[in-house]
Amino acid sequence: MNKHNEKLLHNKPLAPACQATNEFVVRFANTNGTGSASANNMFAKAILRMGIPVSAKNIFPSNIQGMPTWYEVRISEKNYLGRRGGDSELVVAMNSQSIDDDILSVKTGGYLLYDSSRSLNEKQIRDDIHYLGIPISAICLKEYSNPRQRQLFKNVIYVGALAALLNMDFTILKGLVRDQFKGKEKLITPNIYALELGYQYANQQFICPLPIKVEARDLLNNRIMVDGNTGSGLGAVYGGATVVGWYPITPSTSVVEKFASYCNRLRIDPATGKKNYAIVQAEDELAAIGMAIGGGWNGARAFTATSGPGVSLMAEFLGLAYFTEIPVVLVDVQRAGPSTGMPTRTQQSDVLCCAYASHGDTKQILLFPENPTECFELTAQAFDLADQFQTPVIIMSDLDLGMNDHLTPEFAWDDKNKYQLGKVLSAQQLDELEVYGRYLDTDGDGVCYRTLPGTHPDKGAYFNRGTSRNHFAGYTEKSAEYVDNMDRLTKKFITASQFVPKPVIKQGKKVAKIGLIYYGTTSHAITETIDHLKDHGLSADTLRIKAFPFNEQLEQFIDAHQQVFLIEQNRDAQMKSIIVNECQIDPNKINAVLHFNGLPITSRFIEQQILACLATQSANKQAS
Amino acid sequence: MSFVKSKFHHPRLKVNDLGLTYRDYEGALSTLCAGCGHDAITSALIQACYELSISPHKVAKMSGIGCSSKAPNYFMNKAHGFNSVHGRMPSVTTGANMANQDLLYLAMSGDGDSASIGFGQFAHVVRRQLNMVYIVANNGVYGLTKGQLAATADKGVKNKAGELSLFKDIDLCIMALQLGASFVARSFSGDKKQLIPLLKAAMSHQGFAFIDIISPCVTFNNHPDSTRSYDYVHDHITTGAVADFVPIKTDITTDCNEGDCEDICLHDGSIMRIHKLDKNYDTHNASNAIIDIEAHKKKGEILTGLLHLKPTVSHFHEINNTCDIPLNRLEQEVLCPGSRILAGINDSFR
Repeated sequence: MNKHNEKLLHNKPLAPACQATNEFVVRFANTNGTGSASANNMFAKAILRMGIPVSAKNIFPSNIQGMPTWYEVRISEKNYLGRRGGDSELVVAMNSQSIDDDILSVKTGGYLLYDSSRSLNEKQIRDDIHYLGIPISAICLKEYSNPRQRQLFKNVIYVGALAALLNMDFTILKGLVRDQFKGKEKLITPNIYALELGYQYANQQFICPLPIKVEARDLLNNRIMVDGNTGSGLGAVYGGATVVGWYPITPSTSVVEKFASYCNRLRIDPATGKKNYAIVQAEDELAAIGMAIGGGWNGARAFTATSGPGVSLMAEFLGLAYFTEIPVVLVDVQRAGPSTGMPTRTQQSDVLCCAYASHGDTKQILLFPENPTECFELTAQAFDLADQFQTPVIIMSDLDLGMNDHLTPEFAWDDKNKYQLGKVLSAQQLDELEVYGRYLDTDGDGVCYRTLPGTHPDKGAYFNRGTSRNHFAGYTEKSAEYVDNMDRLTKKFITASQFVPKPVIKQGKKVAKIGLIYYGTTSHAITETIDHLKDHGLSADTLRIKAFPFNEQLEQFIDAHQQVFLIEQNRDAQMKSIIVNECQIDPNKINAVLHFNGLPITSRFIEQQILACLATQSANKQAS
Repeated sequence: MSFVKSKFHHPRLKVNDLGLTYRDYEGALSTLCAGCGHDAITSALIQACYELSISPHKVAKMSGIGCSSKAPNYFMNKAHGFNSVHGRMPSVTTGANMANQDLLYLAMSGDGDSASIGFGQFAHVVRRQLNMVYIVANNGVYGLTKGQLAATADKGVKNKAGELSLFKDIDLCIMALQLGASFVARSFSGDKKQLIPLLKAAMSHQGFAFIDIISPCVTFNNHPDSTRSYDYVHDHITTGAVADFVPIKTDITTDCNEGDCEDICLHDGSIMRIHKLDKNYDTHNASNAIIDIEAHKKKGEILTGLLHLKPTVSHFHEINNTCDIPLNRLEQEVLCPGSRILAGINDSFR
């Protein structure tokens, strides 16, 4: 053991070391803007390539350079992919600003890997954790002359050291370096050299591997590791989007950036080199959605992406599109509000404002993806729904889903799948019609026939207006005509409830006492929650909401369960409000489990809340 | 006042090249005040479109909110129209144009719509060089909310209620010139002889065409203290040149003395013939046009006519390198890369 941690500054006996194989958390503490993100990502991906499920959360500041940033990698062969929470088995502390707190975030018996070029002070010494000091700055100073390299290779060196400490497959790491620098071959050798530096140092100085370690498995089942914004951007390509207006805002920016980069690869006309799409970076979010609505009115598939503050700005236009019945898709990557809030933290707090976006009586179709695969599928499907129901469709993603890499089923596309363009009349259909009215509900489903500009020389033109209109798009202030139109819009929304994705229900043969309702990224914590509740002798059925409007299955699920918990990542139980309002449910029937600190929800939190609630209820029962 | 437009017309009304009569370009009956300048603009538009033989269904009429923005309902009812939200017509038109570049985008806005709430959108649509005709019916006043001063009202004038305009006006022509519009003109709703050729040239121009049309508000801004009243404008209007529009394939018949005459060939081959009244008149230089506008303003004059024209500037789709087929006509086969390519994309995430 004398090889291990010999530089320790105290002589108290060490606490027993954490023991874990393929089931622990590594937390990296870095300074943003120092190139740590790509090294940390390489670490996570190397574990993944060993066939072990991984989830990685980037907890970053709203800043470009110099502030503390963390990257949490949960390694879990049990496939628990939510954030675990609590202290970590291994903390890589590379930021002197945050190191005091980082040392406190090590689990008892866990390890701290730190840059020992500067020694720690006494306050930084805990007697219940293990210290792994590597003089990374000193090594870089010796090995490299360029200041930028001295900075960048620090990150690669600690990844190399982790490979030795955790028993990672070093050839996989080398392979990742080769993949990462494809096209920039000059960079491969120095990066591999830096990996070797860390690897050799750890092997010489510490007993490797540590009692926490990884072992290769084959548990990926063909899953891929990707972020949700890539899924949404790619989904928009596959869904046939051609017109995009957008305005940069964290955490949605990469949706359109990914869309653009895939279009640049896949949507250039081979014969002419011209673009089969148009993207405008608009002057603001109002213009961004205005452009998407203009494109939708003219029959192109159009979308924009934004986050909470942008949704507030877009509200007026969302009301216009709802009322004038124009298809448009909006990807809302939610962040912590209100106002500017915490722009780089996650929440599900735009649910209410999106569901009823705009003044007046409005209702918008919402889709709730749980992982990047669903970001892809639901974004593509959103264009069909928008066209079929001639209305906005909002994808309710969030920062955790949009910007973090997730292990997720591979993207799939059925080539037999045909775009559903909805009720759009051709010139020939117009010729065959005796009377055309833009707002005539001839099919009785609330969805009327629209026409596109330029279709027919004499028929089908109408004046699209945000004012009240009669069946023929003429201005009206007659109460009966106004009410008729509003009622038809309600009918259309009810029709839509049968076409939007159904909730995902997991229920045993016998209905459990407890029913858990959740949506979006809360999904990652649920498998773990169910397992842990079982440990407490509790079984639970689950329902995951995939869309608003709801359908009857949600009400049936609530009715069927004695105890219903609705788990959300916002303060005000926004989804509960909507369910209570839309389904006329007794609010006392639903217990809200609300997590809104800006970090992804954990199963620990959910379990604790549920158990506490049940305990209070049973105490109350006994008291009465 | 009648509320239903008569469908009766002379059986031998003249037809244009498409076999359409003037009446085929009309719209719903105007609900604007009797004598409103906007109705004169509408009628000039109808005349211009009829004479140019524009297919009504190949026109998209765009507008925001306000009296001006109601006007598209009053012409060309065989064209689709989009009455959007206040100040946001430019973004909606941008998206519509992105989706289908084959339509003629005729947009009608007002001074509240473009110089106040939509000032940002106005600036950016100019900057993007969107191929459209952007008309501002400028009356210096908010008509639909009953007479508040607009940002285009001259400093020191009073509105009908006696409220003084405290700040310098925003001149949208100057803004358009500074932002790089390739066609900028100012006209007067009461001067059809000037307005119709300008509208025709704007519609024939490939690129962003801006026309600020002073259009008196008979109800709220036609009083003696106003600088946008019919009387005031009549007395203070001036022009540097008289422009004739000569459509494509038409012989030029108007007289022209060498030296004070200039022909500008537009993208589609039609010609804008300029008869200079002021020897310093120059449409090529935007900076000079700005100086000219301001010099006349100092003299208490309103400079009208074609202020600037660059017929060969690239418009949005040329800059974007968009494919020639309108995006709204691209089929799924072209748009969707399919499952085989997706398999390769999946592999990049392992």
